[in-house]
Amino acid sequence: MRASARIIAGIVAIVLISAAVAAFAIAWRPAIAAIDPPGPQSFDDALVKRGRDLAAIGNCSDCHTRRGAKNFAGGLPVPTPFGTIFSTNITPEPETGIGRWSEAAFRRAMRSGVNREGQHLYPTFPYDHFTNVSDEDDRALYAFLMTRQPVRAAARDNQLSFPFNQRLAIAGWKLLFLRHDTYQPDPKQSAEWNRGAYLVEGLAHCGACHTPRNALGAERVSAQFAGGDVDDWHAYAINDQSRSPVPWTADALFAYLREGWHPDHGTARGPMAKVVSNLSSVPASDVRAIAAYMAGVSGASTSDRTGPSEAALTRARTASQANAVGASIYTAACASCHEGGRPLPYGGVDLRLSTAISSPDPRNLINIVLSGIEAVEGERSPIMPGFAASMNDEQASALLNYLRARFSDQPAWTGVEKSIQDARRTQTVFLQTSPAPRNAPADPQQREKP
Amino acid sequence: MMTLKVNGREHQVDAETDTPLLYVLRDDLKLNAAKFGCGLGQCGSCTVIVDGKAVLSCVTPMVLLEGKQVTTLEGLGTIAEPAPIQRAFMEEQAAQCGYCIPGMMMRAQALLQRNSKPTDEQIRAELEPHLCRCGTHMRILRAVHRAARLMDTAEASPAANRSAR
Amino acid sequence: MNAPVIIDRRRVLAGGGALIVSFSLGSALAQQPDAPAAAAPSPPGSLKTSPYLDAWIRIDANGVEVFTGKAELGQGFKTAFQQIAAEELDVAFESLKLTTADTRLTANEGYTAGSNSMKDSGTAIQNAAAQVRALLIAEAARRLDLPAESLQTADGAVIAPDGKRLSYSELVAGNMLHVQAQPTSKLKDPATFKVIGRPVPRVDIPAKVTGAAAYVQDMRLPGMGHARVVRPPSYGAQLSECDTSAVEKLPGVVKVIRDGNFLAVVAEKEFQSIKAMNALAAAAKWNETARLPKQDDLPNVLTSLPSQDTTIFERGNPAVGIQKTIEATYTRPYQAHGSIGPSCAVAHFVDGSMTVWTHTQGVYPDRQGIAEMLRIPPASVHLIHVEGSGCYGHNGADDAAADAALIARALPGRPVRVQWMREQEHAWEPFGPAMVTKLKASLDGSGKIADWNFDVWSNTHSMRPGGAGSMLAAQHMAQPFAVPAPKPLPLPEGGGDRNAIPFYNFPNARVVHHFISEMPLRISAMRALGAYHNVFSIESFMDELAIIAGADPVEFRLKHLDDRRGRDVIEKAAQAFGWKPDQKPPPDRGYGFAFARYKNLAAYCAIASEIEVNRETGRPRLVRAAAAVDSGQVVNPDGLINQIEGAIVQSMSWTLYESVTFDDTRITSIDWQTYPILRFNSVPESIEVHIIDRPGQPFLGSGETGQGPAAASIANAVANATGKRLRNLPLTRKRIKEAIDA
Repeated sequence: MRASARIIAGIVAIVLISAAVAAFAIAWRPAIAAIDPPGPQSFDDALVKRGRDLAAIGNCSDCHTRRGAKNFAGGLPVPTPFGTIFSTNITPEPETGIGRWSEAAFRRAMRSGVNREGQHLYPTFPYDHFTNVSDEDDRALYAFLMTRQPVRAAARDNQLSFPFNQRLAIAGWKLLFLRHDTYQPDPKQSAEWNRGAYLVEGLAHCGACHTPRNALGAERVSAQFAGGDVDDWHAYAINDQSRSPVPWTADALFAYLREGWHPDHGTARGPMAKVVSNLSSVPASDVRAIAAYMAGVSGASTSDRTGPSEAALTRARTASQANAVGASIYTAACASCHEGGRPLPYGGVDLRLSTAISSPDPRNLINIVLSGIEAVEGERSPIMPGFAASMNDEQASALLNYLRARFSDQPAWTGVEKSIQDARRTQTVFLQTSPAPRNAPADPQQREKP
Repeated sequence: MMTLKVNGREHQVDAETDTPLLYVLRDDLKLNAAKFGCGLGQCGSCTVIVDGKAVLSCVTPMVLLEGKQVTTLEGLGTIAEPAPIQRAFMEEQAAQCGYCIPGMMMRAQALLQRNSKPTDEQIRAELEPHLCRCGTHMRILRAVHRAARLMDTAEASPAANRSAR
Repeated sequence: MNAPVIIDRRRVLAGGGALIVSFSLGSALAQQPDAPAAAAPSPPGSLKTSPYLDAWIRIDANGVEVFTGKAELGQGFKTAFQQIAAEELDVAFESLKLTTADTRLTANEGYTAGSNSMKDSGTAIQNAAAQVRALLIAEAARRLDLPAESLQTADGAVIAPDGKRLSYSELVAGNMLHVQAQPTSKLKDPATFKVIGRPVPRVDIPAKVTGAAAYVQDMRLPGMGHARVVRPPSYGAQLSECDTSAVEKLPGVVKVIRDGNFLAVVAEKEFQSIKAMNALAAAAKWNETARLPKQDDLPNVLTSLPSQDTTIFERGNPAVGIQKTIEATYTRPYQAHGSIGPSCAVAHFVDGSMTVWTHTQGVYPDRQGIAEMLRIPPASVHLIHVEGSGCYGHNGADDAAADAALIARALPGRPVRVQWMREQEHAWEPFGPAMVTKLKASLDGSGKIADWNFDVWSNTHSMRPGGAGSMLAAQHMAQPFAVPAPKPLPLPEGGGDRNAIPFYNFPNARVVHHFISEMPLRISAMRALGAYHNVFSIESFMDELAIIAGADPVEFRLKHLDDRRGRDVIEKAAQAFGWKPDQKPPPDRGYGFAFARYKNLAAYCAIASEIEVNRETGRPRLVRAAAAVDSGQVVNPDGLINQIEGAIVQSMSWTLYESVTFDDTRITSIDWQTYPILRFNSVPESIEVHIIDRPGQPFLGSGETGQGPAAASIANAVANATGKRLRNLPLTRKRIKEAIDA
């Protein structure tokens, strides 16, 4: 997706399509009349509360809040292959936020990606998923947002080059990729499965990160959940191509999404940390539904995905011989925690279970090795020291190659050193995990307790 | 036996490759400044500078240090001839028990070497890996700001401003 | 000295920062009840128990040496004591040598605790110095055959009118200073102070910021071995099997020591001892018992344990009418001292006598405990205090000292350094006890408090050594010592009931202390003891009542307080903060106020704070705080400010974040992942500390003064910001979010 040739092709395509759609004048959308901002008292408390849970499932705050800044006031830069797009202010402030938006205007934005004034919105706002959200849920989300603290914060101008800076081009994009049909339940499936599907495909917009995108930045429907990119992290494949050494089950997914960690899968970090942190506060039934649906997506356990292979020891021996430097770095720097026997989330994951090591893309592992996991302020949370300062590129590369050879049955990565250099330049955010539960086991011999 | 460069001098050290630098500094080289706080990379007390960067010596095994330059607080200055960062902490009286302070000073030193005029926000963000239990934080922040100013003035007379590599 | 003395910190230390505004109100308040009694039968401070002057001050050819039985814990009193001695003796500050707690050299001053060091030791040194100076003048008068009144002292010498100087070293002969102190001393007029009251830079800081040896952790005796202990995985666990043969063969291992449930290993080098400890821990098999209470139900657990109930205060005036009554319950979890440096000690056993270098708060009580544990006479045990990481009360220091002694006994002639690991400090230190308070009060028709009922449930707040049974090593030995029965600490200082009696004037009041002797978790003294929670409770409840009365919190407090010095700190803090009765904080912010006189008899402190709460996440942030403190005569204003700043920041961490966690068997908060404390991101924008100096008044101490008021001030600000009252400590992000969302 980052290849410049593909981008140029994309530009050409967009220009052509834009010209065509302009000709048909279908791109035009009317403004919806501004309203006087409704007072927070005009919304039903129960509706607002439901909106809060939905907003958490939609992870709205993550994109619409800059770190350390006011909630929902926007301004977060979202890097895309086409330039940087800044998230908007969705507080009910009348001039710079959505204070003058009617519910109809809000619903149109969710459904069609058009703002109140009639401008097309960039699909970094995932209306290709939100189009599935029901009217009822849009109403609750609207009530929630309109009762937030208004913040005066004008949107920053996007940094896009021609032709991507032409909003008209978005109309063409929509023509190609936006389907307006809302979610239809599958009567053959359980109510829970359907609830999960509704959330995953709609508000939770899981595919926005976990589905790869085409040259025009649209999700590739044929490769749904096959793994994507976000903020210099790789969003793992969560369909049947998952590289997780232990297959995901609905129970494991539920625990992971709710608590931020699972003994077979490690702790959520990177952009996923924020997602699970939000999911910890929503109704458990919704998280269960998401887990039930996604367990079906990721498929049943197959013989080649039955966890740590018996050949691990042989591999370890070979890997040690082939890469003595990597082996000694592992023993000295990693093993004390990752083989310390202390259970997750406060002990290191058994690296045989690490998806990062089995993944086709080494970036997540590089990010973690270099930057570690920072403490969540004032809350129990896993901490891992970063090694960016103590390992040079050569040492980090030796370590990564060793980990790959020893703890996965995948072919060696290529260009690890180059990826390390890239990661050193970009890796500054998303290092925390989510706050972890209070009573997680904390000692090597700790008995697991319910 | 391996060679370790600390504070500009080479030392022959008899330690296994998995020995964390902290124990070599304290036990073999008899240096006091790097402190044992957790041994887990969670508190910052053991911070030293390696090739210009702040490093947690309790989780940095010797195997990673071949050919690198280690600087500890002892390598910056002495009571009689304190480095700007040391003067700053003395002048701000930025210590209570003082146990966490050397680690913070080393990270601040590394920060100031690459950014001579950090903002308050940058200093706070930089010191995030460090814990202080006495609650001396306000003074520590003031001391780092003061050190930035002192290092600025010291630039005129480089002799007074040994930098850590 | 009647005019306010304004010291600009920028001028004092040539740095940017907070202002010290120091009000000198001494002469106006000379008749305060706290003024030293003119005709006390015994000399003041620790001179009561160690009356010989040469226990405090010795002079020889090398100069003047000052002794204190207290231990420097990072609170900076070495500097303060040196200032006091320099002032009263007329000796240059720099020329003085100060020796701290050492069972062969210094007075027995018990524990360095309770903010008592200035009151006990500072007072003793001040009076001893004044009396020594008087003796020196008398001796000079005798030698010169001049009237004493005609002689002056300066810079370590007595000076005659003709300019002839007799240095103190010349004047002291034989046992001249080995005399008992007089009940009263002729102290200097505070108006003439040259060293006391100045922000003299701390004597210990240069070594600490240059990497000179400063801590017991830094000790390296010739031939010293490195020891590690393997502690049981939980309270009461029994070692069932442990094959030590493999461990004994590990590189560098000198000895594996097993004595009952006490397990330790000594190696040549430090990292070897850590590897051996890990191997030993893996080899050890323990039988554990599930005996910890339910953490989520702790308040009910505590209040349903058997308790010894004492009404510690009762006042009645049935004439007062009652209009409105409210009640509330406040709770505090177990909290950890959380020293940054885990405990450490060095011990050396030579020819039947044991020397231990330790960062204990009480060398004498520890000596007694160690002697009992080793079953040797106390005279054969020598304890020397060496600084450790800040302790904030009874942490693992004493246990590490006992560990070192027990291990060193097994290696006669060889010094042994034992260093606890992070997990050991977190799991085994004695915690600050969990507490529950139930409050009930009524307002009269005029909006004043008509009656007040306060019930507090708590363990004791000191299980410090004295006997061996308080030390882990002695509890774990094959022939173990039993944990001594806990005792409530006596009032007026109190333990769980410290500051439980309201300092305000209420016409009807009743305070009941429910002393719980059963201790589900290992507990002992933590900075401020019960005062932290009691002040949090009282001052939170005062705000709840003020809200019902429709009164401004500051005015409401003043309405119930006659004490002049108390009123002064309240007014000063409010003024410094910019507190206004009709104030309206910006959105999502709140203001809070709190006041206490520590122990109702020591320093006064009022704190106003501003909190910001993120309504979406619940995350609280202390934006700024302004404090006023009256600690009597100020010796070192910068040291006092440092203590109060630190108290506010530390108390903020306790109050917003901290609780010890456990399952039914083990402590599960065993490092900084599982016991998070404040990090730099949450450090406030500013903290201002204003001192009200009281020249000539007794030293009141300061170390623990700020903990309670800071907690309550923050809690009141959170309530002000959110409209929700949180009564269970800590006021975590999650609890605040739940309150907002409710």
